[in-house]
Amino acid sequence: MSAPLVVVQAAQTTRVGKTGFAVGIVIVSVIAAAALIGNALVPADPFVQDLGNRLKPPFWMEGTQPEHPLGTDQLGRDYLARLIYGARISLLIGIMTVITSGLIGITLGVVGGFFGGRVDDVVLFAITTRLSIPVVLVALAVVGLMGSGLGLVVATLGLLLWDRFAVVARATTMQVRTLDYVSAAWCAGASTRHILMKEILPNIASHLAVVATLEMALAILLEAALSFLGLGVPPPLPSWGLMIAEGKDYMFFSAWVIFIPGAALFTLVLGINLVGDGLRNLLGTERLR
Amino acid sequence: MSAAIEVVNLRREFRVRSGLLAPQRHVIAVDDVTFSVPTGGVLGIVGESGCGKSTLARLILGLLAPTSGTALVEGKRLFALDRKERARLIQPVFQDPFASLNPRRKVRDIVALPLDAQGTFSAAEIERRVAQILERVGLSAEMGERMPAQLSGGQRQRAAIARALVLEPHIVICDEPTSALDVSVQAQILNLLADLRRDLGLTYIFISHNLAVVEHVASEVAVMYLGRIVERNETDALFREPRHPYTQALLASVLTPEPGRGVPDVGLGDVMPDPANIPPGCRFHPRCRIAIERCRVEPPLPMARGAEGMVECHLA
Amino acid sequence: MSALLDIEDLEVTFGRTAAVRGASLRVETGETHCLVGESGCGKSVTALAVMNLLARGGHRSAKRMSFAGTDLLSLPDRDMARIRGNRMSMIFQEPMTSLNPAFTVGSQMAEVLTRHKGASRAEALERAVELMGRVGITAPDMRLGQFPHQLSGGLRQRVMIAMALMCDPQLLVADEPTTALDVTVQAQILRLLASLKREFGLSILLITHDLGIVARVADRVSVMYAGEVVERAPTAQLFSAPQHPYTRGLLSCVPAPGKVRRDRPLGSIPGTVPMIPPGFAGCAFRSRCAHAIEICEHEIPRKSAGAAHDYLCRLMPRELEPQPA
Repeated sequence: MSAPLVVVQAAQTTRVGKTGFAVGIVIVSVIAAAALIGNALVPADPFVQDLGNRLKPPFWMEGTQPEHPLGTDQLGRDYLARLIYGARISLLIGIMTVITSGLIGITLGVVGGFFGGRVDDVVLFAITTRLSIPVVLVALAVVGLMGSGLGLVVATLGLLLWDRFAVVARATTMQVRTLDYVSAAWCAGASTRHILMKEILPNIASHLAVVATLEMALAILLEAALSFLGLGVPPPLPSWGLMIAEGKDYMFFSAWVIFIPGAALFTLVLGINLVGDGLRNLLGTERLR
Repeated sequence: MSAAIEVVNLRREFRVRSGLLAPQRHVIAVDDVTFSVPTGGVLGIVGESGCGKSTLARLILGLLAPTSGTALVEGKRLFALDRKERARLIQPVFQDPFASLNPRRKVRDIVALPLDAQGTFSAAEIERRVAQILERVGLSAEMGERMPAQLSGGQRQRAAIARALVLEPHIVICDEPTSALDVSVQAQILNLLADLRRDLGLTYIFISHNLAVVEHVASEVAVMYLGRIVERNETDALFREPRHPYTQALLASVLTPEPGRGVPDVGLGDVMPDPANIPPGCRFHPRCRIAIERCRVEPPLPMARGAEGMVECHLA
Repeated sequence: MSALLDIEDLEVTFGRTAAVRGASLRVETGETHCLVGESGCGKSVTALAVMNLLARGGHRSAKRMSFAGTDLLSLPDRDMARIRGNRMSMIFQEPMTSLNPAFTVGSQMAEVLTRHKGASRAEALERAVELMGRVGITAPDMRLGQFPHQLSGGLRQRVMIAMALMCDPQLLVADEPTTALDVTVQAQILRLLASLKREFGLSILLITHDLGIVARVADRVSVMYAGEVVERAPTAQLFSAPQHPYTRGLLSCVPAPGKVRRDRPLGSIPGTVPMIPPGFAGCAFRSRCAHAIEICEHEIPRKSAGAAHDYLCRLMPRELEPQPA
């Protein structure tokens, strides 16, 4: 009875909202492209040190060198090359963490939401327990005890950041489970596996995509924080957090050493959040069916 | 004529707790329901919210397990069947055409699902049967390639009917199949259901709150109130001579499109039926205009009336 | 006598979609006017346009739209807000979503009076109790403190009606007020509306798809199809001598109890409601009409079939064929 109302709701995404989404997509695409092929385009090597050429400023300041458009760091390594490599690390960590935490959280949430009863009690208990754990402290503790490394960071964050996936997956599964098409599939004799994978998951996927973008941004920030504290990606890998840490000592004289990776981090996280918000706006106008 | 389905003393209770500190309440959604439907017949089940007709449908379809009671489908014990066996015998058509089709799958795949799930049909056989049933319900092959959102309400309901019939079941449970459709489309779907029943020898259990539709469609009607069947009879007999006061009130409140007759006073009073608080004695007595003392205390037993009829009332 | 609500040639568009393409109707003082049609015909949008409650992106225009002599089209929002809920109020189909679940019934009802008439909260609550009694709500003092979820559907709808009456409106717009209710409760609510109409001198614009309600309750009827009012008539005439092919088709679809023939198919209208593209001309029903000819693709005349009965069709007025026995 409400065809015109549906038309009306879709039209409510404002122009600002749509611009934000577009901007976010552009930002993330540019950074992703840079991460993939950037280091091939920039001649400098991010790891080669040149101690005679330390702390050369970037192109908008005096004393800049044309072959180092973003200057050099305290060991003479080309900053642009390091920045681009760092993008690769941030994105890699973001994606790998989201895949890990997504698999854990979605499985738990869907299973708990669909089966209910004792199974759901267990899932809720797991979620509540996880929510009472201070993520950053645990991450610090794990990495502190077991040493730093890319794989370890991904594993730690992946095993800690699944809660929002689980909560959203559980809530949406519980809503979808009561819908008639799931009942019809049940009556048609479809296996539980089919119902979970083909009837429920595709219909909650859009909501999970929104969670994925936001968790990715969080993972990237957390990794930067860990690396800043020296407990994340080990040097000489140019994680942006590590670059910020290394630039700490030169903060007052060569502020750009911190500013550049900081701005890059901010831009990437902003872009991802804009994409997530945009997705939520697009999908929020759909009733959960 | 043998019975396609026989339900005996079917019962379903729920335990509901409203709030952390509130005591648990017993909701008896379906209370000792017994009926049988002959092969090729249509049993209409009518009643208002809280009467348990949807719960009854879900019990028969296997979406809910009964607390107690049995059902026989062509001699087999229904609740002992596994889902695939049950799927070959009983299929549903639900009310809301927008919610009964998976919005992320093509219509063709949705209709093929019962065949897929059996695991015994070849891909070619599935394709043939799907094409056949789509045509039979009035959908083109091209519509089968679309997503549900691209079909109208009536077309979606046809797709739901196609899905229900593709496995050639014997019994179809129609739970308000036309209530969410426009009047002009409703008639199309009802006509389709009638044709299919004749051609395929189906048996229907047709649940509806729309008495006019039930009168048109059913050969026998059962009236449910707060979980029990309070009256059952052949359709014409029930509509001509309703015996239970609730049936009478129900029929009186149907607004036929006859101008100038005003809105009748059905005389039911203000008390709303609450399945969690079933009154003692006859469960209808707080709203009954002819209730006597006995009704408040003693629940009436089902009594046979006429060849097919049954009523549960001290005064009928 | 000028009508209480007078709409002529209302058009409502959402972007490029025209939800209403030409609706004209008049609600006289003291009458129940039914606006009937199937889903998507634009009847709800018409009501929202009158109340100026169209969602963002909706644009309305009309040759005339006046309420008790006041032109609604040029009325500034602030003045419209003073009329809405006060002299013209609306009740909706789903009482659960029309009542705010976070506030008690009493406070929601009182707010209407305190905002519009500047009454004190105590006065407003007193009137709320009085009205709840009038609409048949038992123990109204207790209800004041209850939340919407604690009430049944029928009770919630009664609360909606009482709330709509708080400021003694002249016109009540009811959008499918009983569709979500059980049939026995529906009868009670409709009887209530009829008695309130008599008692308060209320005019009612009742929107519905149920022809049974129309027959029993309406004084006059406007039938809508695909955004247009295709026929207007006093109730008895609409049912005894329907002129527009859509009206006739609709009436033949409704199973009439007592006249049931199980061996014959129900009447139905073939096809489905078409999408109306911008710039559409002619009759929207032609794709489903047995009498459509070439001329139906152009301007459709509005014909008269008796006192206060007109319809949009090229066919001349005719008697209803006797139904096959």
